[in-house]
Amino acid sequence: MADLFEVTDLHLSLPDMTAKPLIGAAPRIEILKGLSFTLPEGKVTGIVGESGSGKSTLGRALVRLLEPTGGSIRFAGQDITHLPEPALAPLRRDLQMIFQDPMSSLNPRHTVGRIVAMPMKRFGRGGSRAEVAAALERVGLPAGFAARYPHELSGGQRQRVGIARAIALSPRFILADEIVSGLDVSSQAQVLTLLERLAAEMGLTIAFISHDLSVIRRLCAQVIVLQHGRIVEAGPCERLFDAPRSDYTRALIDAIPLPEIDPGWLGREVVQT
Amino acid sequence: MLLKTLLARLASMVITLFGVAVVVFVIIRVAPGDPIAMMLPPGASDADVERLRALYGLDRSMPEQFLIWLGGVLQGDFGTSISLRQPVAGLVLGRLPATLELSALALVIALVLGGFLAIFGARHRATPLEAGVDLTNGAALSVPDFLWGLVLILLFGVLWPVLEISGRVSPRLDLPFATQFYLVESILRLRFDLTADLLSHMIMPALALALPLAAIIAQLLKQSLKEVLNLDYVTLARVRGYSELRVILREGLRNAALPTLTLVGVQFTFLIGGTVIVERLFSYEGLGNMAIDAVINRDLPLIQGIVLLFAVIFILVNLAVDLTYSLLNPRLRHG
Repeated sequence: MADLFEVTDLHLSLPDMTAKPLIGAAPRIEILKGLSFTLPEGKVTGIVGESGSGKSTLGRALVRLLEPTGGSIRFAGQDITHLPEPALAPLRRDLQMIFQDPMSSLNPRHTVGRIVAMPMKRFGRGGSRAEVAAALERVGLPAGFAARYPHELSGGQRQRVGIARAIALSPRFILADEIVSGLDVSSQAQVLTLLERLAAEMGLTIAFISHDLSVIRRLCAQVIVLQHGRIVEAGPCERLFDAPRSDYTRALIDAIPLPEIDPGWLGREVVQT
Repeated sequence: MLLKTLLARLASMVITLFGVAVVVFVIIRVAPGDPIAMMLPPGASDADVERLRALYGLDRSMPEQFLIWLGGVLQGDFGTSISLRQPVAGLVLGRLPATLELSALALVIALVLGGFLAIFGARHRATPLEAGVDLTNGAALSVPDFLWGLVLILLFGVLWPVLEISGRVSPRLDLPFATQFYLVESILRLRFDLTADLLSHMIMPALALALPLAAIIAQLLKQSLKEVLNLDYVTLARVRGYSELRVILREGLRNAALPTLTLVGVQFTFLIGGTVIVERLFSYEGLGNMAIDAVINRDLPLIQGIVLLFAVIFILVNLAVDLTYSLLNPRLRHG
């Protein structure tokens, strides 16, 4: 299958405002230090790493919320590395994103219906009441939710609204940045199941950013492991889990908490430690 | 739900007003100064003083005086002004529209000016232009309203005399008005020549009152806007290709407006308090100007009437802010 994204030697540095002198430019921190990889079309790719590894910055560069300082990003054959915003506008429909905190990504003054309809109208993809209802239905929310405000929804429901808004445009690419890390475990499972189903049904290309490898394993076909702005390992998901090549990846895998049952807890005894 | 809230607020309003009435009543009688001494020429006999005292009921004990006054108030009689010899209610209500129009104009100026500065500063955040906005705010805020009044008089009354520096309306004009709301009525009657004359009297005092409030609005609103503009839904709107200004107005402003609204409510009451001195400065015939005369003359019934009316205004403004708050915030609306 063709590659949707081709990233070559990507560099990105941002000014460090905390170290900015009173007069003059702030020193720059290099966050991405030469990344090269491809994202195959129609697959879910996981991007993992600890906090500070640059995974969110990478995601923001892919959808061009940030402009790289070096290297190149090709999206569907087109070089978008330094495209100015007006030239990006026609591509924006194909570059959708879902954020970590649904409270911050949904305008609290707008109804769910308006939130989902707005991008559809903007890109001429409908936005009628029925189309909004259909988009909501796809993510398992009743059509009546269109009249509600974000604060009336649970965390999982809000994240579904975020997903509905993104998929309503049938984009070619979705960036999902830590979208389940703010949810409780059962909501996490539901949202992941939903995303899994939608990815299979619609053939979505997703970059799924997470710090949690157990979530990645469930969803992703291939994985990119980041550490300090460099790729330490990349490859098919199964291979990576069965035979990690770097110590860092192994450490991340070992950090997955496995359910262990404490016999003392089952007996409801207080375990003194 | 809303009705219940309103009734509760009205009940607490009555209690507050009663408290205000008691405090004012006691303080102005305990404070030194005697209204009778202000009225009689020097050398009046003690018998004359006593007679006048009895006439105004000032020879009775304080609780007695209060009950008599309260009894009158409950029947709509706020007493008779000692210095002006007219019923207090008529005097005070006659001046109220002038002060209301001035305060409302000041509020509008503060909102427009402050809102503009806030949006401009947020639009150009982290550039020298924002620093310029901050500097303007600092200057507007650190100078009190009456000093602004003097500065404005100097600028637009003396150095470049384009505005009227005294009074509410030019005395040579014929006023065909039925109410004391001159500004409103001149607009409704389409007498824009009168509107222009009224505004040229009102703009300087209104601006003097508005500048500090505008600075507060600009500072707080800009800060809230900058916070909101970092949120993901604003980013999303931005990458949808909307202009920064439109993003600020459509996605940001309503979410950022609530803290500012609360503050404006509180500050607006200060602004009304500020009319006392600013009206004096511009010889504007409003409540504040009358209040100063009443205090100078120790006109006890008039002081009470004015203070009570100010208290009513403060309470109503706060009530209005609370109601607007729940209108703007869907979270409060749905409980």
